[in-house]
Amino acid sequence: MTALAAPAPPETVESPEVLRRWRVGPLAIAGLVLAFYALGFVVHDYWFNAILIPFLIMALAGLGLNLLTGYAGQASLGTGAFMSVGAFATYNVLLRLPDLPLPVSLVIGGLFGALAGVIFGLPSLRIKGFYLTASTLAAQFFLPWLFNQYGWFSNYTTSGSISAPKLVFLGADLSTPLGRYLLTLTSVVILTWLAWNLVTSQVGRNWMAIRDMDTAAAVAGIPIAFNKLASFAISSFIIAIAGALWAFAYLGTVDARSFDLDRSFTVLFIIIIGGMGSIAGAFIGSAFVILVPILISNVSANLFAGAIDAGQSENLQKILFGALIVYFLIKEPNGLYALLLRARRRLALWPLKS
Amino acid sequence: MSEALLSIRDVSLSFKGIKALTAISFDVADGEICALIGPNGAGKSSLLNVINGVYRSDRGELTFAGKALRRPRPRLAARLGIGRTFQNNALFKRLTVLDNVLAGLTRKARASLLEHTFRVGRSASESRHFRELAEDTIAFLEIEAYRDWIVGQLPYGLQKRVELARALVSRPRLLLLDEPMAGMNHDEKQEISRFILDVNRDLKTTIVLIEHDIGVVMGLSDHVVVLDYGRKIGDGSPQEVRDNPDVVTAYLGTVH
Ligand SMILES: Nc1ncnc2c1ncn2[C@@H]1O[C@H](COP(=O)(O)OP(=O)(O)O)[C@@H](O)[C@H]1O
Ligand SMILES: [Mg+2]
Repeated sequence: MTALAAPAPPETVESPEVLRRWRVGPLAIAGLVLAFYALGFVVHDYWFNAILIPFLIMALAGLGLNLLTGYAGQASLGTGAFMSVGAFATYNVLLRLPDLPLPVSLVIGGLFGALAGVIFGLPSLRIKGFYLTASTLAAQFFLPWLFNQYGWFSNYTTSGSISAPKLVFLGADLSTPLGRYLLTLTSVVILTWLAWNLVTSQVGRNWMAIRDMDTAAAVAGIPIAFNKLASFAISSFIIAIAGALWAFAYLGTVDARSFDLDRSFTVLFIIIIGGMGSIAGAFIGSAFVILVPILISNVSANLFAGAIDAGQSENLQKILFGALIVYFLIKEPNGLYALLLRARRRLALWPLKS
Repeated sequence: MSEALLSIRDVSLSFKGIKALTAISFDVADGEICALIGPNGAGKSSLLNVINGVYRSDRGELTFAGKALRRPRPRLAARLGIGRTFQNNALFKRLTVLDNVLAGLTRKARASLLEHTFRVGRSASESRHFRELAEDTIAFLEIEAYRDWIVGQLPYGLQKRVELARALVSRPRLLLLDEPMAGMNHDEKQEISRFILDVNRDLKTTIVLIEHDIGVVMGLSDHVVVLDYGRKIGDGSPQEVRDNPDVVTAYLGTVH
């Protein structure tokens, strides 16, 4: 036996990165996607706006932020701002170039988001950590203010919040709840597939390498500046499309106020709770952030029948989220995703080991 | 003696007025194993950092493969074929062994970001090719059993091997190894020495190596350069260096 033959490979693998190698089969993924499409045709209309659409859009925004923060290691509080860019850019494209097909308008909105991401990502070439976060905060204060300030962006609508143009694609009206759901779901499926391609390729590996140790990444031949800016661009592209969907498929209005700092924090919480650096994490986190408030208000309304008022249940929710975020940041940076994987492993071993 | 792959001329480096390197000049011949020795703080790691552009020297010239390196930067050095390991492991600690090694192949990557995003063009074939290269290097360094481990969870000695694999996988022409055997026992050092000799002989890789164990250095290297307080005090074959009185007083004397 050589002295280097250190511990044998582990029987129990704790780390989610190792667990991720138990890949979910393509069939399971296809089944899940089909189930979501089928869901649209069976649920009550109430479900679309109450749960399904916001869940999908916030998961998409979480996915975008996770590429930047979880994979490439660049923290950002500018998510709301990049969402607003997507919403206003898409609105103006729909308004000024009404002949373009809807998907093209969304992609153009996304490209404007990517441009904004690159511009506000430029400081990342010089600064890291807290100072970089502060510079993304500048985007958060500047961009929504810009859209509010100059009437051109909202086509001089006086109220400041403008109703979305009609959503039509291939002659089909997508303004119905089901249509808006299908539009959102399809966008999410396509963008998630592209993001998956990216993070499992050499590009994703390079981003994680920069996240873990940038000097060593440079020495290994990884172009640092290009990859940092690319992560800002692609992340903001996805976030901008999430913003456009938020405006057109969810709210039905374009309003800079719905893309404030709170929105940025909510998306950040989604990836902290769901799991940094995993695609599934964005979906798990979004489900959590959307469902828990509904659960709390239902429980407090039914169980305590009026004993807890709405304000109190809102506070309860804030306390719960705060505690969870602290827990995950300290104990499990890989979030609920890691907890689920571990639970799954325990179950798989269950009769044999505990 | 074959011609120089790397020549270092009159290189000086200081940190806020403190001299780390003073007018260092020597050649590294193509195909040799050159050991860089000297007490702690002598400037050995700094010299490697100058060679691959992590540090910018105040003065001096570098020539690699016949071309002057005017503005050495880490990425340029990597592209030219200069691989590197660090004294304090610099692995991507949340990635697996396999992903760390794959990351070392970036300098050979041709598929663009868009090709990867849409899984078209060179994306699939390049991924497959990279995977084969990485598996080869992992097998060569006998770390297959740890392929899917997160490197942060590996013991130090194995991490050093993973770092060697990451540097080696793209088949650099020049490999800079900063204390690849630090903290290892006799058997482990023997094993790493064997890998280094194999790399040098089979892959014709030129190696510059920092090592404190004089026994290992004498057995392994063709050429030894001795630094002390940022100055070169010895340069020659292992035998010449061993017989150099300056080196004996400055360095060897204190070790034995
Ligand atoms: N990044 C740095 N900043 C300031 N001083 C440094 C830095 N790197 C090295 N030095 C100094 O340069 C000198 C040589 O260090 P180093 O090259 O690490 O020596 P060695 O590798 O031979 O032990 C030491 O005095 C060290 O403190
Ligand atoms: Mg050193």
